[in-house]
Amino acid sequence: MAVTVVFIGKLADLAGEGEREVAAPLTWAGLADSLGAEIAAAVSDDRTKIAMNGEVLADKAALSASDGDEVALLPPVSGG
Amino acid sequence: MGRDVQLLTRGFSPGKALGLFAKAHPDAGGIASFVGKVRPDGDVKVLELISYERLTLPGMDKLADEVEGRWQLDGLLIHHRTGHMRPGAPIVLVAAAARHRRDAFEAVDFAMDHLKSRSWFWKREKRADGWHWIEPREQDHDDAKRWDV
Repeated sequence: MAVTVVFIGKLADLAGEGEREVAAPLTWAGLADSLGAEIAAAVSDDRTKIAMNGEVLADKAALSASDGDEVALLPPVSGG
Repeated sequence: MGRDVQLLTRGFSPGKALGLFAKAHPDAGGIASFVGKVRPDGDVKVLELISYERLTLPGMDKLADEVEGRWQLDGLLIHHRTGHMRPGAPIVLVAAAARHRRDAFEAVDFAMDHLKSRSWFWKREKRADGWHWIEPREQDHDDAKRWDV
């Protein structure tokens, strides 16, 4: 029973890996607990977004992930 | 409206893509285009762009929807690289074919402003002292805000 947490960009550097399996169900508080202080602080930054199964959450605190869900942690973007 | 939106993992020729685009829209009154390249100044040795499969290409398609909703176009092309690129290499090509030039110019300008600061890409540069993550400049955010209504 797991949720896949995907780390992108500098968050992947902090995590030392691209993704991690975390026990389901997963809430915002549970996510912060499972990540460790440094990544949790980066994810709490207003500019860091969270997407669940490809949909960006309007409110990160409303995260509610179940077994099989993919939760992506998205630092500030830069393209072009 | 012909649409060609692609996420590319290898080097590409903007000239060739633009030639094919022009050929596909022979009735357009004009075509405007923009090519973004890895800036060949400074001590940047490699640029890396990262995408996220579940968001990046779907987001580019949504951007194309928005562009098509705002301007009268015959065709729209958005090609964007991911992966490692050397200085001088093309990163992005945006082209718009339209009956009138103003639509084409503005569509390309808008698409580029959104690709710079509001699309799902992450960028880092390798310099002499290692890798650095790049965030949009204040100017990039201001550029994108110009279009907000």
